Amino acid sequence: MAIVSARAARQHQHRASSGWRRLRRSQGWVAALFLLPAGFGFALFYLWPALRALWMSFTDYNLLRRSGDFTGLENYRQLVDDQLFWHSMWVTVQYVVINIGMQTVLALAMAVMMDRLTRSVIVRGVLVLPWLIPQVVVGLLWLWMLDPRLGLVNHLLEMVGIGGQAFLGSPDQAVPTLAAINTWRFVGYTALLLFAGLQMIPKQLYEAAAMDGAGEWRMFWRVTLPLLRPVLALVLVLSVVGSFQVFDLVQVATGGIGGQPGGPANSTLVIYVYIFRQAFNFNQAGYAAAMSAVLFVLLACVTFLIMRSLRGSRSDLA
Amino acid sequence: MSKSHPPAAPAARGRSTATQRRSAVPPRRLAVPWRRWRPSRAAAWLILIVLMLVTLLPFYWIVRTAATTNSSLFTGDQSFLPPEPTWVNFERVLGLSSTEEAMAAGGSGAEFDFLLYLRNSVIVSVLITVGQVTFCAMAAYAFARLQWRGREAVFYVFLAALLIPPVFIVIPNFVLLNQLGLLDTFAALAAPYFFVTPFMVFFLRQFFLGISTEMEEAARIDGAGHPRIFLQIDVPIMSAPLSTAAILAYVIAWNEFMWPLVAGSDESVRVLTVGLSLFRAGQPQAGPDWTGLMAATCLGAVPVILLFLVMGRRIVDSIQFTGLR
Repeated sequence: MAIVSARAARQHQHRASSGWRRLRRSQGWVAALFLLPAGFGFALFYLWPALRALWMSFTDYNLLRRSGDFTGLENYRQLVDDQLFWHSMWVTVQYVVINIGMQTVLALAMAVMMDRLTRSVIVRGVLVLPWLIPQVVVGLLWLWMLDPRLGLVNHLLEMVGIGGQAFLGSPDQAVPTLAAINTWRFVGYTALLLFAGLQMIPKQLYEAAAMDGAGEWRMFWRVTLPLLRPVLALVLVLSVVGSFQVFDLVQVATGGIGGQPGGPANSTLVIYVYIFRQAFNFNQAGYAAAMSAVLFVLLACVTFLIMRSLRGSRSDLA
Repeated sequence: MSKSHPPAAPAARGRSTATQRRSAVPPRRLAVPWRRWRPSRAAAWLILIVLMLVTLLPFYWIVRTAATTNSSLFTGDQSFLPPEPTWVNFERVLGLSSTEEAMAAGGSGAEFDFLLYLRNSVIVSVLITVGQVTFCAMAAYAFARLQWRGREAVFYVFLAALLIPPVFIVIPNFVLLNQLGLLDTFAALAAPYFFVTPFMVFFLRQFFLGISTEMEEAARIDGAGHPRIFLQIDVPIMSAPLSTAAILAYVIAWNEFMWPLVAGSDESVRVLTVGLSLFRAGQPQAGPDWTGLMAATCLGAVPVILLFLVMGRRIVDSIQFTGLR
């Protein structure tokens, strides 16, 4: 190390004590200095806007007027009576349930297969690739793949004798289709997180289970799943919270080419798209803030419930 | 799928009492229960390969579509290889062909300045990456390496911000940057992610906690101050995690859509994701320009895929690290 010079070595004894104490005493200031830029950004772009959004939710804030008057709980009362708000919540919940169901089961299967079959980074890399692509690109890609007339998927379906489907053009199929697209994008990423968790499980446990005559299926339920619990809880929180906030995909892939996002007939009007529309298309920023405040509380509850029910912060291994 | 699997090798053998089994089964078989070639293993491989194909096929289909002329597209030809391979779509998306040529090839005539959007995306993503990684590393150092009162409490405030849904703070941030007169500038597009993201602070703090303090202690004894320890000892030691963090920050910034959509709708600062979504929204209902759209989509995915080909292992490792914290 360059710092260690002959002179420094000579003064070693003396410096060791005084320098150490000086540093200890001044650490509060040093910390403040190190935290300055991040703290500034945090206060300005996280803390302050969060408080401001909360205040806005009690006003009729308008983005064009750039001001709003205090209206008390008016926004929240409006929200309770807003059919479209409840509709969008329902659509979002449907989407989340289908998405998370498919994604988690598939990812778990993929993670176990990777764990048992191969250490190949190429396999893991290929599976995680869709996660790296912008969601906008993913949306456009599947809009094309699922095009009712020219899309590849319908062509393949017709080849195996199933008739063409409307997919994103059908009010009944649009939500499951979106959930499937999102699964395609996230399943590899989720599998990789779970795979990392699988690596933590001591191999001796499987040997012991095998010695006691347990088969693959039994080992999965009795060893893998219980010991994967903390990682599974984290993955579920990440994916459920993320799934609730779907926006880019719906904004790009729904309503057909040149159509209004959220279509057909509001069948894919997820809560993010509705909030966005209220704030930036209808200039109801106050109302949009109230809806996002409700969403915030809802997501915090979901996080808490998942962590609680899976006891996610404690491991059985410790 | 695993339900159909026959039990693993050792279990398939003796099935009587526990003690008998333990003595009957040769131990070397036990070490890796599923290593031998057997139908279940082949089936699992088959499923894995099918999943990889399902992952990759859409990417191929983008390229295949982009290399097709619009006229042959509408004949419904679904052959695996493009019927008449052509560069024309890439050329017109990159603005290398005249408007007339582009219209002839099936373009809507709408302006789509791919290169400009690409440049803007690079500017914004680089700005965000540099600022975010620098400042978050400093913050992580303060949280992991310095002793000060209230450290845990402040850290938990940062962590709690992970729970804030972006849409909740997008509206006030829009108002703030509007008041500052910064909308439709690169500064506005980068600002909310430039200084800090709670995830990045958390991610880097975990790495700082993981490295040994021996070097730091030695430097301290030699009288080095904290800025010096940070720059000359920790940053070099942390170069691998820091570059991983930079990749993650870059990819996330590159993929960002909602914020640039509201804060940077002006053509001069429009980023690629916003440009692509508007390109799609500007299409005529009757005959959308699929080949042009796919050429643009393809080019939009290229920078990330290139990054991935170079840094794939590091990205994979960093995701796994997030899973473990």
